[in-house]
Amino acid sequence: MEILINIKDTITVQEALDFIQSPACGGEVIFTGTVRNHTKQRSVLKLFYECYEAMAISEMQKIAMQVQERWDIQKLVMLHAVGDKYPGDIAVVIAVAAAHRGIAFDACEYVIDTLKETVPIWKKEFFADGEIA
Amino acid sequence: MGILLFGVAKDITGAALLEKPAQVRDVASLKAWLYEAYPGLQQLKSVMIAVNRTYAADSQVINEQDEVAVIPPVSGG
Repeated sequence: MEILINIKDTITVQEALDFIQSPACGGEVIFTGTVRNHTKQRSVLKLFYECYEAMAISEMQKIAMQVQERWDIQKLVMLHAVGDKYPGDIAVVIAVAAAHRGIAFDACEYVIDTLKETVPIWKKEFFADGEIA
Repeated sequence: MGILLFGVAKDITGAALLEKPAQVRDVASLKAWLYEAYPGLQQLKSVMIAVNRTYAADSQVINEQDEVAVIPPVSGG
């Protein structure tokens, strides 16, 4: 399995697409997580993402290893953005390529679910009413 | 080596880096000291400690050269 893991200010779907394209694969699944303009009916102006980068990369590598053990996936991309992000901006991209779509969907869901549980990245929400949480 | 803090743990303690007190020898004693020195941390759903960039159990010994970090509930994605 080929793996691309990156944490940086701006991430794009295109860089994930470029990495996973392969003539050996017939199923590519891409998940994007974007900034929503509300949380529980409160208007959100922006999010600020911070990370413990060295550990975050290490935890993302662990997820990749788990994927490799469980599924026959050819390519895996995990990108996460940091810094100020505004509604509509991309915060996370997961891309998976496999011979067939079934395992690509399963692996993609596993990766984003696990990332949200274990990878040391934090978001701070800036609400329109001035509160920061 | 100091103790790194992130996210809301940094806000509660007001510091991104704390000096490790001499009595802190393992993860359990670090947590006990943190909760006593910064009671606001008790309000968090969880406080994990990472030693050398890996989540550590309470029994894990902390050595002087270890990289130690306080990990409040993560919220990436």
